[in-house]
Amino acid sequence: MADATAPLGSPGRPLRVAIVGAGPTGFYAADHLFGQPDLAVEIDMFDRLPTPFGLVRGGVAPDHQKIKTVTAIFDRIAAHPGFRFFGHVELGSDLGVEDLRAHYHQVFYATGAQTDRRMGIPGEDLKGSHPATEFVAWYNGHLDYRDREFDLSVERVAIVGVGNVAIDVARILCRTPEELATTDIADHALAALRRSRIREVYLLGRRGPAQAAFTNPEIAELGELAGADIVVHPDEAKLDDLTHAALEQTPDRATAKKIEILQSYAERQPSGKPRILIVRFLVSPVELRGDDAGKVVAIRLVRNELYATPAGTLQPRATDQYEDLPVGLVFRSVGYHGTPLPGVPFNDSWGVILNENGRVLDPETHQPRLGEYTGGWIKRGPSGVMGTNKPDALETVECMMEDLEAGRTLAPEAEDAEAAEQTIRQRQPLYFSYEDWRKLNELEVARGQAVGRPRVKFTRIDDMLAALGRVQPDSELAGASAG
Amino acid sequence: MNITSILTKKGTAVFTARPEQTLRDALSLLAQHNIGALVVVDEAGRPVGILSERDIVREAARNEELFGKTVGAIMTRELTLGGPQDDLNSVANVMTARRIRHLPVVDGDRLIGIISIGDVMKAQRDEFQGEVDTLQIQLLKDPADPIRPR
Repeated sequence: MADATAPLGSPGRPLRVAIVGAGPTGFYAADHLFGQPDLAVEIDMFDRLPTPFGLVRGGVAPDHQKIKTVTAIFDRIAAHPGFRFFGHVELGSDLGVEDLRAHYHQVFYATGAQTDRRMGIPGEDLKGSHPATEFVAWYNGHLDYRDREFDLSVERVAIVGVGNVAIDVARILCRTPEELATTDIADHALAALRRSRIREVYLLGRRGPAQAAFTNPEIAELGELAGADIVVHPDEAKLDDLTHAALEQTPDRATAKKIEILQSYAERQPSGKPRILIVRFLVSPVELRGDDAGKVVAIRLVRNELYATPAGTLQPRATDQYEDLPVGLVFRSVGYHGTPLPGVPFNDSWGVILNENGRVLDPETHQPRLGEYTGGWIKRGPSGVMGTNKPDALETVECMMEDLEAGRTLAPEAEDAEAAEQTIRQRQPLYFSYEDWRKLNELEVARGQAVGRPRVKFTRIDDMLAALGRVQPDSELAGASAG
Repeated sequence: MNITSILTKKGTAVFTARPEQTLRDALSLLAQHNIGALVVVDEAGRPVGILSERDIVREAARNEELFGKTVGAIMTRELTLGGPQDDLNSVANVMTARRIRHLPVVDGDRLIGIISIGDVMKAQRDEFQGEVDTLQIQLLKDPADPIRPR
């Protein structure tokens, strides 16, 4: 029980913080909070999924295991005695903002950008047209997407976009089953990809090679795939005059290297690998065409040219040249958008929580809302790499510390950890603790070790509960027959 | 990264002045909001100029009676405008080359924000720090790591 007379943030009366979202930003924020000198802090971290780590588990490609070693750092943060995890607890349906206000002094929203941006073109909703993020969630074993179906019996696929998600999707589609079988890709995805009949994968960039968002290691990796030859059209790998002039004025080694890699691909002859990966530039989709059954059969592209904005950026502009590309499957990856949290002010035009440097703002007064903060993609939009969330979380934590110092915190009715847990248990009796996660993690890794993979993921909540011995695996069936 | 990634965490308020307002008004706005520049807009809200601390210092050096002058009389009329999709790298180059400290951001005709060279530098610093941090993680071999590096 907290000592109500002790100063807030002292050992007798720890600062109680709720972090909503257990992705990298949530953990970085927790780390910054635990690292504050002379601050006693208790952190409860919530996630709508039973498992922590957000996009590190559900987004990072299964053939990029190294980046996932960051979870070792998150484990150390979670080992802090003031840390608790409540997985499978959703803000809105299980807990409301008012519940958080009743139990915590400060609340930190770090829920990420959960939906994809639409292309806004006719035919976008035809069968066979999907957000790339859903495919990513599916192959990574995200609970909500594991039953999605993608028609991998087609020969040609277009991926709209050349950002890292687009590149991941292209690479996974081009990997051989043998390559995939050494990763932690979800079992259902591995089985489906084994049967894939895809032969040609198109990556479509709206700007030129110099402006493409992918990094050099990413594009270099595409040139070394065991099962796919990379193809770049020589005329699209060429530098246009504007880009040439811009690079002359402000030379940039990384961009020069990127162009060098792409031009070397343009000179390559296909070596007869089973698949080809074609990287296109200066094209934008204008329409998806369907057959009588409403299924995608082609994507219509317009050729773009570049122009310089007053602030010096080269942007695409459509010309009057069109082409039709026959494809049976389209993945769009043209950006993400945050989803509003119930009861939390939202800036619709940017798709982020309305905030100033991480302080949530009241939409009427534009003044900070007491005790509410945000970080990561739901604060600044989807930009940067995973590590960018570290300075981003720090910026917010500095606001939190400033406000604590000034006495601007929430005044929860129940200041103790026990009361919070009671409320949570009442609302979501099936919540998952960090201890549950540790056990699941061990089980997944053990299942992986048996077959030479980093892990074999659980992709259903019932399987997770059963593995933890928390309910009988056939309890649903038993319930159904009894009814 | 583009300009949007800065505007997302700046709330939605942009402080503006009208050309016919006095410098006295403008100065109190700058002081009150602790900012370095005001976007000067016409009746329709379209940016027509910018009034920065620099403009005021220049005027003060030659005219001690500056307070009654209008914003329109001393503002900088040559405006460089940004758009939400502009890349921060090119924005940084343009701002440095033209010695601009504040860049009004428009969506079509509509003023939607203003970014300072400090905002751009901070965003770039955070981006570089993030990249370094992410690269370090990939090099890190941690005995507590549950996943064997490939």
